[in-house]
Amino acid sequence: MTYEPIIGLEIHSELATATKLFCSCPTKFGAPANSQVCPICMGHPGTLPVVNEKAVEYMVRTALALNCKIAEITTFDRKNYYYPDLPKNYQVSQQYHPFGKDGFLEIKTGNGAKRIGLDNIHLEEDAGKNVHPEGKSVSFVDINRAGIPLVEIVTKPDLRDVEEVEIFMNDLRNILLYTGVSDCKMQEGSLRFEANISVRERGQNYMPPRVEIKNLNSFKIVLSAVKHEIGRQMKMLEKKETVLRETRLWDDEKQITRPMRSKEEAHDYRYFPEPDLPPLFISQEEIEKIKKELPELPNARKERFAVDYGLTEYDSNLLTSSKEMADFFEESLKVFNQLHPVRNSPDIASGRTISNGAKEIANWLIGPVTRYLNEHNISIKETKLTPELLVGITTYVHEGIINQNTAKNILPEILEKGKSPEELIKEKGLTQVTDEGEISRAVDKVLQANQQAVKDFQNGKTETLGFLVGQVMKITKGKANPKIAGELIKKGLKNL
Amino acid sequence: MELYKLTAHELHKLLSEKKISSLEITESIYGRIEKLDKNINSYITLAKESALQQARKADKKISAGGKIGPLSGIPVSIKDVISTKNIKTTCGSRMLENYIPIFDATVIEKFKRENTVILGKTNMDEFAMGSSTENSAYGACRNPWDTSTIPGGSSGGSAACVAADLAIMSLGSDTGGSVRQPASMCGVVGLKPTYGRVSRYGLLAFASSLDQIGTFTKDVEDTAILLNIIAGHDPLDSTSVAKEVPDYTKSLKNDAKKLKIGVPKEYFAEGIHQEVKKSIQNAVETFKKLGAEIMEISLPHTEYAVATFYIIAPAEASSNLARYVGVNFGHRTRDKGIGNIVDMYEKTRDEGFGNEVKRRIMLGTYALSSGYYEAYYLKASKVRTLIKKDFDEAFHKCDVILTPVSPTPAFKIGEKISDPLQMYLSDIFTIPINLAGLPAISIPCGFSNKGLPIGLQIIGKPFDEEKILQTAYTFEQNTEFHKKKPKID
Repeated sequence: MTYEPIIGLEIHSELATATKLFCSCPTKFGAPANSQVCPICMGHPGTLPVVNEKAVEYMVRTALALNCKIAEITTFDRKNYYYPDLPKNYQVSQQYHPFGKDGFLEIKTGNGAKRIGLDNIHLEEDAGKNVHPEGKSVSFVDINRAGIPLVEIVTKPDLRDVEEVEIFMNDLRNILLYTGVSDCKMQEGSLRFEANISVRERGQNYMPPRVEIKNLNSFKIVLSAVKHEIGRQMKMLEKKETVLRETRLWDDEKQITRPMRSKEEAHDYRYFPEPDLPPLFISQEEIEKIKKELPELPNARKERFAVDYGLTEYDSNLLTSSKEMADFFEESLKVFNQLHPVRNSPDIASGRTISNGAKEIANWLIGPVTRYLNEHNISIKETKLTPELLVGITTYVHEGIINQNTAKNILPEILEKGKSPEELIKEKGLTQVTDEGEISRAVDKVLQANQQAVKDFQNGKTETLGFLVGQVMKITKGKANPKIAGELIKKGLKNL
Repeated sequence: MELYKLTAHELHKLLSEKKISSLEITESIYGRIEKLDKNINSYITLAKESALQQARKADKKISAGGKIGPLSGIPVSIKDVISTKNIKTTCGSRMLENYIPIFDATVIEKFKRENTVILGKTNMDEFAMGSSTENSAYGACRNPWDTSTIPGGSSGGSAACVAADLAIMSLGSDTGGSVRQPASMCGVVGLKPTYGRVSRYGLLAFASSLDQIGTFTKDVEDTAILLNIIAGHDPLDSTSVAKEVPDYTKSLKNDAKKLKIGVPKEYFAEGIHQEVKKSIQNAVETFKKLGAEIMEISLPHTEYAVATFYIIAPAEASSNLARYVGVNFGHRTRDKGIGNIVDMYEKTRDEGFGNEVKRRIMLGTYALSSGYYEAYYLKASKVRTLIKKDFDEAFHKCDVILTPVSPTPAFKIGEKISDPLQMYLSDIFTIPINLAGLPAISIPCGFSNKGLPIGLQIIGKPFDEEKILQTAYTFEQNTEFHKKKPKID
């Protein structure tokens, strides 16, 4: 028997407003405990909420970007539950008339495009944090986070496997970043996930009871938890056991989901309309205005990159997978075009100007730059690289002043220290050697020292040429022009 | 001169003419409080030091020759449900026995800007839940007209202290009649403004969609003066309305001609005390003689008002009072046997809340529970809309509506405390007004055979406090009821 997982996600993302949802306290991450609080977000008796207009704008932006129907009148409701990090012991949220309904996000899977339905998106306030110092019998509450605006995005149960979950999470994160509504820093808790999972026999269309998994604090954890839970439920079904509707927690240490204690789970939230906040009217004009200001979204940008810059789908995909990277690419290209107007040539087929620089810059960004960022787990903004510096590197390589290898070698220093390639070349004496005399001396040495490779080459193993070129580069400390070195080696081999 | 006996407008005149000082008024009132309040128990907390300081500040301004505001240097009291920075705010509850707010309510800020003297915080039913001020953790308040009777509630302390000349005026809060009913029982003027007219910021919430800060004064002119100060939109209260505030003293016209007065038949049904009925009928006659047009009207959904109120108010209260768990402020149990946070919450709330508060939290929690929400809260919200529509229709025909405030004059302490339903019914004529969000005033209109005051309720259109004030002022100018004072000395 084959099984089909049915997966829905609930995503909480902190909105990047400067102040909290209902008071004017700042929202900066990492401030000393209880330093960003006031009577309102501490829930002191008699205080009242006032909605942050920026948060409203961000919600409309999010709703538009996620193809939602936007409510003309949106209302707030109270979600009642007791927890020390929730100062009022109710959370102001939206249950009955959320900002957006019936949206979707189109993802590209291995089997083509697929629409993932979004049930609703709504606005709510974040809770604070309970702090339990180790070895002490007391607990503390930090209210700094309480009242920070959160958008909650609830998908329909349209996801079918871990791969789709991964693509969806990435795409959604990208949209939130592109629209500028959230910084999506999972390590700071500004993007959090919950997953609803059930498994049924393939080909059936009944909805089995779903299991909700909480406490998923990174993309990796979401994927591990979803994978584990699908496996757990499948095994149960195979053993003819019944999967119950329940809430489970991800235990990252043991890499399993475990049931929540019934006390943690037994909630009747007693939702009712928040009497302290009148309904919010969102006019068509306001929506239109926000729509006009909406930045280009990832999918549109991807397509534009392919068409305008003649990039492959693969390259466009990688470049637009983060807004910062895509912005950096376009800024670099602008610098490049100013510097090298002649290297632009009109594409005859499309009539568009396709920049020669595009591919060059894209290769640098997708290749060595991205590799460096991944290794150090940072974003391009956190490096000292500027579009000017990157274009500088490509120019030096293009003009043959340094070779590709040298350029790659000095890249980390540019990223870390912001030194110009010019400076580094001078500092390290890295100018590419194009002088045939110097290179051929190195070639002679290499051919003498590598008799076996020479023999192999002569026996028809032409791939040893690469090895020999490498040896020449080694002797010249990477400064030799590899093209010239190759030609000289071939010539030398012939003459042997 | 017995300064404590005067009204704010009388005192203001004397202050402006530099014939008296604010310090003299303030001290004369504290003298009286110290002598008499042990019999009334209208205050929970006195703020003498800061009051005298404020009085001196006002006097300095006066002697400097500057023009002073109408409430500058006037001693007022504040119901203990309104947040006062650095002055204990207990809400009549053990839960907030030692709670000292770190911020002022918007109305208090307005007073401070005016150099109004805040005498102290007045007694009340715990969390404003009650109609007799017996549900106070600080002892029942007594009616100055007969200390064996209740002063009404929940703002009983505010009504009693104004009636007994222990404050020139007072602020209270009215969720289902908590200003008008005690005003009626203590023979003073009590106004509940339109919902949204006065900022609720700093008013400790009982039922947010019904709560409104209201006033207690010795006459209608003082009401207009006080309303001028406290009314207006507040950016900190999203439910306060951005509507221009007129000068309410301009409504003080002795003129009932052309006034169309509606009298709803549903408000004179069974259960109403004969003496109350008689006083209201006399008041209607008075208006007729003054040239007003009297018409019978119908408010058909009146009978559902109390039931509707006792769904909506406790539901909101159950959520509003959830913050009192001993985590961030207020009482926390000292029980050493507590094993976990839930036990801590339960024990803290058990110790901190009185019976009526617990009863309403349970009622409200039940009404909002899953499976009951539609049958109770949602249904009640719909009935509330119908009650509001009744008034809308009536106001097509008339300018104001006259009704009794309370079905009976003040009852004995202890008489209804063990019968919550009877107690709830004492707000039967005031509750519909809160549900509809309308303004209404209670003014003295008679006395029972035992000499206890009876109040007349004048209900107005939304944001038409002016018409209510004019009607009330006209009645006051043509009658003597407001001049009679309780004998407590």
